[in-house]
Amino acid sequence: MQAMINKHFLIKVGMILGTVWFIWFANGHFDEYTVRILNNIAIFVILAVSYNLINGVTGQFSLEPNGFVAIGAYVTALLLISPDAKSYQYAIADPYPFVMTLQSNFVVALLLSGLLAMLLALVLSFPVFRVRGDYLAIVTLGFGFIIKILAINHPEVTNGSLGLNDIPEFSNLYWTGGLAIVAVVVILNIVNSKFGRAMKAVRDDEDAAIAMGVNTFKAKTLAFCTSAFFEGVGGGLLAALLTSISPDLFDFFFTFQLLIIIVLGGLGSTTGAIIGTVLVMGGSEWMRFLDEPMNLFGYETTAMPGMRMVVFSLVLIFIMLFAREGVMGKRELTDLFKSRKKGGK
Amino acid sequence: MFMQQMVNGFSLGSMYALIAIGYTMVYGVLRLINFAHGDIMMVGGFLGFFGMEVLGLPFVAAVLLAIVGAALLGMASDRVAYRPLREAPKISLLITAIGVSFFLENAFNVFFGGVPRAFPVPAYLEVMVEFFGLMMPMSAVIVPIMTAFLLSVILWILFKTKYGMAIRALAFDVGTVNLMGIDANRVITLVFGMGSALAAVGGIFWAVNYPSVEPMMGVLVGLKAFAAAVVGGIGSVGGAVLGGLIIGFTEVVVIAFFPELGGYKDAFAFIFLILILLFKPTGILGIDFEKSRF
Repeated sequence: MQAMINKHFLIKVGMILGTVWFIWFANGHFDEYTVRILNNIAIFVILAVSYNLINGVTGQFSLEPNGFVAIGAYVTALLLISPDAKSYQYAIADPYPFVMTLQSNFVVALLLSGLLAMLLALVLSFPVFRVRGDYLAIVTLGFGFIIKILAINHPEVTNGSLGLNDIPEFSNLYWTGGLAIVAVVVILNIVNSKFGRAMKAVRDDEDAAIAMGVNTFKAKTLAFCTSAFFEGVGGGLLAALLTSISPDLFDFFFTFQLLIIIVLGGLGSTTGAIIGTVLVMGGSEWMRFLDEPMNLFGYETTAMPGMRMVVFSLVLIFIMLFAREGVMGKRELTDLFKSRKKGGK
Repeated sequence: MFMQQMVNGFSLGSMYALIAIGYTMVYGVLRLINFAHGDIMMVGGFLGFFGMEVLGLPFVAAVLLAIVGAALLGMASDRVAYRPLREAPKISLLITAIGVSFFLENAFNVFFGGVPRAFPVPAYLEVMVEFFGLMMPMSAVIVPIMTAFLLSVILWILFKTKYGMAIRALAFDVGTVNLMGIDANRVITLVFGMGSALAAVGGIFWAVNYPSVEPMMGVLVGLKAFAAAVVGGIGSVGGAVLGGLIIGFTEVVVIAFFPELGGYKDAFAFIFLILILLFKPTGILGIDFEKSRF
């Protein structure tokens, strides 16, 4: 048993060191386009792993990421944009005075983004988790819409539908990749703790969990708030990567992408969420040709923007109907190294 | 002025009610939030549009086409996407429903374009009529009357026919229904057909009222109608109508008296939803699904 723990420990340390080396290598050797995609992948790893915590590990269907990511992005943007840049970009309405004075460094901005998202998640969890999780999906879906409505209707803070520009580009591979490692380690530790076992118990059989004395409300709320925190941080990183944000960026398609990622990787598996991110982000770049005009058997089709989304939704339905386990099922990478002799899982 | 707003609220509320009935019935038998329901309403609107513009049908025939088409689509979505997952964890069912919803929105977006198209409203629906001293378009009178008529048909089916009895039994206990020799899948197909037909009528009314159709029109309406179903009490048809009317009235009346809140119109339904979940999760006329499970 001792030897097995050591083996797992070594695998984990090896994976982290390998990732750190890869980030260092990629930063020095890859071209700008590849680094940009890697940055995107790192941010989506943070989002997917945390989204998986509520959907896959706890089994509560939620559609929240776009809302919390939007909050994180706006908080970070408002804290990072210099007063000088703020003074000329508010075109719709004059900003409130406090907006001009908001200023902090990147670390504080990311932390505040995460904390605000977490606080909102806590507020939402009271009405939602008092009943069984059924309504979480619809409440979080509505929440995303409300955030967008608020962003559009408060040009004094958010510059309305024009969005915020000239956000300093703080995000680089060290930030995004480093925080992705942090997110994965923190979430894996939660999953393997007492709280993680409570979350899985809620997913597998809520009645039995209640009967065994699991506080299901606490387990669900913890999972929801943790994902909200990392989604807020991810939103901040995204804002500092894109340098401009607008409400349209955070519509439902954002959540839908993450849903495909965790379903493809295998609901409930953190490793699966990472694999899913790489597959979907890579595939999404590759599938750009679908939106362009095509030459099909001699017929020239016109450009069909949105074709990718049709394919995405069909992929999602297909996985759910025929390959519900996804790539990893509920297994983690370390499970693949487990010896089968001793029973185990 | 006040009466005018009441009529508008009644008309809008009727449309939410028509769509909410589909949500509440599907939730009753499958415990599924059918995210695609709002998009079926959109398809209904589009079918009406195509019936009149492309096939040149008269309005009533186009409505019938929309009803039949949407009902078939609803039943097909159940057959293809939901039925294989009856024994699966509920989260799989919900994810599939989101997939179906996203597919319908984007397929219509790609093939028919995202720009709103003007809906050809027949002249006799735009005639202004005097009704208790108020001038209003014919459609504002017809929508609530049609809703009341369809509601009574649904209630008649639910409470006076054998099929209705099967639906109510299914909502109560799936296992026992199967033991009684009732084909649960046929009953569920019927529920999807009925709900989708009502959604199509709602979609046509919507298209007449705002005279246009576009692929994303079902998203927000669907969400609000679901909120209405929860407010009224999910699982109860009367509750869905009550919830739809409450949310329709609130939207119209609040904006009439506080025009500066106009931008937040779409948020009211969710505020209602959250309040009802906090204080009376079973809704106004709801059945306690938590207790009836045991």
